[in-house]
Amino acid sequence: MKKKMNMTRRKFIKAGGAVVSSVSLGSLFWPMTSVGLGGKPKPRVVVVGGGFGGVTCARFIKKFDANIDVTLIERDAQFITCPFSNLVLGGLRDINSITYGYDILKNKDGINVVHDEVTGIDAEKRQVKTKSGKAYDYDRAVVSPGIDFLWDRVEGYSEADVEITPHAWKAGKQTLLLKSQLDAMEDGGVFVMVAPPNPFRCPPGPYERAGMVAHYLKTHKPKSKILILDAKDNFSKQGLFTKGWEALYPGMIEWVAGTKGGIVTKVDAKNMTVYNEAGDPIKGAVINYIPHQAAGMIARSAGLADATGWCPVNQKTFESSLLKNIHVIGDSSLAGELPKSGYAATSEGKMCAAAVVTAINGMEMPNPSYTNTCYSLVGPDYGISVAGVYRIEDGKITAVKGAGGVSPADADESFRRAEALYASGWYSSITQELFG
Amino acid sequence: MWVPKPGVWMLAASAVSCASLIPSTAFAEPVTQGAMLSITCNGCHGPDGKSVGAIPSIGGKAADYIEKALLDFRDDKRPSTVMQRHAKGYSDAEIKLMAEYFAAKK
Repeated sequence: MKKKMNMTRRKFIKAGGAVVSSVSLGSLFWPMTSVGLGGKPKPRVVVVGGGFGGVTCARFIKKFDANIDVTLIERDAQFITCPFSNLVLGGLRDINSITYGYDILKNKDGINVVHDEVTGIDAEKRQVKTKSGKAYDYDRAVVSPGIDFLWDRVEGYSEADVEITPHAWKAGKQTLLLKSQLDAMEDGGVFVMVAPPNPFRCPPGPYERAGMVAHYLKTHKPKSKILILDAKDNFSKQGLFTKGWEALYPGMIEWVAGTKGGIVTKVDAKNMTVYNEAGDPIKGAVINYIPHQAAGMIARSAGLADATGWCPVNQKTFESSLLKNIHVIGDSSLAGELPKSGYAATSEGKMCAAAVVTAINGMEMPNPSYTNTCYSLVGPDYGISVAGVYRIEDGKITAVKGAGGVSPADADESFRRAEALYASGWYSSITQELFG
Repeated sequence: MWVPKPGVWMLAASAVSCASLIPSTAFAEPVTQGAMLSITCNGCHGPDGKSVGAIPSIGGKAADYIEKALLDFRDDKRPSTVMQRHAKGYSDAEIKLMAEYFAAKK
């Protein structure tokens, strides 16, 4: 029996790079540390946050090394995707169609999914603590908590005001609230959107929202208008959005640049009025105030963020630059030139999973490669995209020159229609990989 | 319980140190350079390159088809909405690895 295995092993190594399928081989010597020989405990990874980054990372750690014990701690029992939540506002989708559960992670991947809120991360003891009083020990932690809002960047606003002037920048109840406000709005009303300064989650998001709301209003309340008060002087895919708005919703959407009066300094939710730097009052029938943002609160309170409010990391492995054995991925992280998008979070989750698994197994990590594609729907049959391919250059995630970019400015209707179709194709694929 | 002799561990250690020599049925996905390049494509093309939606599946397609497609997208010989923007990010060698990766996803 022993002799047979030795021969197979030698043949395997002689093959020099060929992958030999053998359960006995695999479980005997790869990966050595995680097999539990002689009573050694399995390595444990705790993932904080069950969104695009956290789910991807957890699932890929299991794919790369099923012997690692993976616990995913997510506060909510279901996940409602921010991507495509704008389509709910536009009336193109039902919220149930963008809602997912975690059963497949438990049943198919053997991930220990815990629905609880993480209240602390002890980097010294290597322990994650939750609201219900439990503690989870880890060898490596992956923190992917998304974003949280900075309520103090404008006057007159407090967190409670999200019930009056919703951000809908975390999908679910806020999406439905904003939708109900749009439904209740009278024809001829003004939908005011306050768009945040960089950096924020989902750079094209506010502008996709404007088009989706315009589609709804044009269909149901055609005298209505949309006013975007932007903290910025330019935005993602601006040329394409502007051209699309002119084509589909002429005269309906007005965008005000930050230095031209778009910066909002005061939000009086109860009186449905916002004020810009000059003190001009702007009233809205519906006000979508999207606040300034920073890394998810748990990342900041655990000491993973720097003075910017975002988390610096080794951009190859996503290990925190501030605390060892903790990786930070997704919106919360400072990931070089990668945007804060769901797609980027999944790319980071995959590379981080490789980093964690190779570190645990004492192996060299191959060179990472990242991509991003962000599709936006300007209208139901009018899609646009921005793409990017990224590599590590001098330790920073850098866009590959000559690759990536936005959809062509002069594309015809069939191109826009194809990209709208691919937008929904992207959504099907990515959610299938996350939750299917 | 069977415990391996020291010689076996040496063999095992030398195998573990070679990143590409990763046996796999117990582990669905080896950590190879091809995987690093390719798995981010799943975001659009689906898990293992198998798409349930509008974007074409690439998982399980012939390696030379995938390789030619990527080269043609990259070199502006085949029209696309987004693929030429992606393909321009990869070298010939990388494209070969990605083609092999997805072809193996039968």
